[in-house]
Amino acid sequence: MIRNQLLVCAGGACITSGEKSVKDVLVDELKKNGIEDEVQVIETGCMGACDLGPIVVVYPEGTFYQKVTAENAGLIVNEHLVKGRTVDGLLYTEPTSERKAQTSGDIPFYTRQVKRVLRNCGVIDPLSIEEYIARDGYFALGKALEMTPDDIIQVLVDSGLRGRGGAGFPTGRKWKATREAKGSPKYVVCNGDEGDPGAFMDRSVLEGDPHSIVEAMAIAGYAIGAEQGYMYVRAEYPLAIERFEYAIGKAREYGFLGRNILGAGFNFDIEIRIGAGAFVCGEETALLRSIEGKRGTPSVKPPFPAQSGLWNKPTLINNVETYANIPQIITNGAEWFRSVGTLKNPGTKVFALVGKVQNTGLVEVPMGTTLRELVFDIGGGIPGGKKFKAAQTGGPSGGVITADYLDMPIDFDSVKEIGTIMGSGGLVVLDEDNCMVDIAKFYLGFTVDESCGKCTPCREGTRQMYQMMERICDGKGRDGDIERLNKLANMIEDTSLCGLGQSAPNPVLSTIRFYEDEYRAHIYEKKCPSHVCKHLLTYSVTPDKCVGCTACARQCPVHAITGEVKKIHVIDQSKCTKCGSCYEICRFSAIRKE
Amino acid sequence: MKMNLEDRLKENPELKKQFDVLDAYIGELGTPEGSLINVLHRAQEIFGYLPDEVLEFVSSRLNVPRSTVYGVVTFYHFFSRVPKGRHTVTVCLGTACYVRGGNAVYEKVMRTLGIKAGETTRDGRFSLDLVRCVGACGLAPVVVIDKDTYGRSTPEKVAMLLNKYA
Repeated sequence: MIRNQLLVCAGGACITSGEKSVKDVLVDELKKNGIEDEVQVIETGCMGACDLGPIVVVYPEGTFYQKVTAENAGLIVNEHLVKGRTVDGLLYTEPTSERKAQTSGDIPFYTRQVKRVLRNCGVIDPLSIEEYIARDGYFALGKALEMTPDDIIQVLVDSGLRGRGGAGFPTGRKWKATREAKGSPKYVVCNGDEGDPGAFMDRSVLEGDPHSIVEAMAIAGYAIGAEQGYMYVRAEYPLAIERFEYAIGKAREYGFLGRNILGAGFNFDIEIRIGAGAFVCGEETALLRSIEGKRGTPSVKPPFPAQSGLWNKPTLINNVETYANIPQIITNGAEWFRSVGTLKNPGTKVFALVGKVQNTGLVEVPMGTTLRELVFDIGGGIPGGKKFKAAQTGGPSGGVITADYLDMPIDFDSVKEIGTIMGSGGLVVLDEDNCMVDIAKFYLGFTVDESCGKCTPCREGTRQMYQMMERICDGKGRDGDIERLNKLANMIEDTSLCGLGQSAPNPVLSTIRFYEDEYRAHIYEKKCPSHVCKHLLTYSVTPDKCVGCTACARQCPVHAITGEVKKIHVIDQSKCTKCGSCYEICRFSAIRKE
Repeated sequence: MKMNLEDRLKENPELKKQFDVLDAYIGELGTPEGSLINVLHRAQEIFGYLPDEVLEFVSSRLNVPRSTVYGVVTFYHFFSRVPKGRHTVTVCLGTACYVRGGNAVYEKVMRTLGIKAGETTRDGRFSLDLVRCVGACGLAPVVVIDKDTYGRSTPEKVAMLLNKYA
């Protein structure tokens, strides 16, 4: 008889923080106390609060233990489970009130979220189809098979769901177009090539609730008239591949995939295709080529995949988060879906809150939530008392939201107005120490690397832009560079073949729009206001702070620092390579960086 | 003169075993159509990299032109045409890692190992790779060594870590 369950978060971040050894200790201690038959240990998908990992939750109480280590995990068994005493030392302390949180319901990071897409992540065992079914899993598939395909599509149209992959295209319309397209067979594809660096919601859904995607793809197959689905996952996510593969096997065993599903005479199956590290494959036409086993180069649209996709047949392609919404919309109806979010952007959005923010992790909030709520109320603000500068959204295709727009409701349309895009939901918080020119250069470097080379504006244009940005950061910026960047950027946007090229200049355009003064400082004053761009820095010794410990002179790789023991040291600027190792090693803050 | 593959396999039972595993994998594929990338993944797992003879084998087994196989292998970052070191150090330079100092970590690893991304140390101990996001952004900056992921890394911590891998 099971009396307690220990839910151990096995999301990517918790595994990195030592989840495996925590789990092993828990299992060992349960055995030592002879209660291994009474207490079940379950590894779940990501619970979201990555910064607090590894996380262990004890049910039925729901006690939320954070930052558990192999050393103190035994306390959860010996104190909580054996003696019935909560382990206070492992509870989360709310920083302002200093109150101890007993359950996740007492932690502001969780209470402000609305979990729909992530409703099962961190709650169920991702390897157990029974647990998914117990949470109404596969109910939607059963219901859908009793509806007509047109009725299913109408529910989606009414729900107003928009594609969560970035562009926000109405999902219902896409399904309708694929259903109406001539040609057979038709295919259902899931885009799990989460390429935006800084986003990991798709990974978490695939790892934490894989059956929700299996179910949604089966519903899609029935609605558009397809018998074969393909799940395309990037190779960087081995655990997601493993768990999804397992889920497909279980679904077949239970009759949710295969022939004559639920006795409704509908056949559908899913195959996994693994990416191989090409960002451009997140673009739908490139992804389809990759599934065909070819080089992932995009093609001109139209024709859209709905008309001519995989092997030139009508193909429905949605991303993971979009699919994750489908079963619940079918089960609960369009009205329910519209009960949160805004009129034109109903439902929730999952954001990966990362960068310079206290509580990093995955958060799901209603569309239209403000950046302030995300960064400060949920994210707990900026660490180290630093000042918020901007949030970057949309990765290499996006731009920045500055402090002036902290109170703007975030949705697909509002972010577009200020020159960025929602993207897949990566939200990278930047503070005063981040240089916007450097960030824009970083993204551009990414695009240069990832450009597939098929069209000239993207292949050559982004490289030209990158070389200009590099010059600016190296202190060789010239008068007219900003204008040249703008001109080239507009040309690339207008003439590139696919979304990757068309959006590649966005990070530069967006940062020029809001931080032109920083560009000017780099170009005209040869200064990096945030002290990031290496070649624009000068390191020097502050004489009244230097105690003459010689640490810096010994560390300097080019012997640019001279000075005797207990005497003030001097940096020879002509030799200095600005590597910063003196700055890092000095324990007396005597090295000045400016 | 280069020996043909069949003769070499007769002399080298180890190599033969590797080719047999790949052959069996291809044989089990339900639909060989479009399976080239999955097959190459498996081949790289078996051989560690993708030398000419493996590409030739895959080409004839799947009945895909060699030019196509070569084109696919060189298009995707994941596939390597050169042997890898015993350990692969992968530094993440996704955005979250970059803004939290991933670059300093990368520079430290480069200096410590004396190689750049895509290279292998002369003693064959380490290969160095860069990756754009492993999806552990909450713990940035992240370094992956073989299958172990290390979060909240610093240049010093990573330099120490490398010593653990012989």
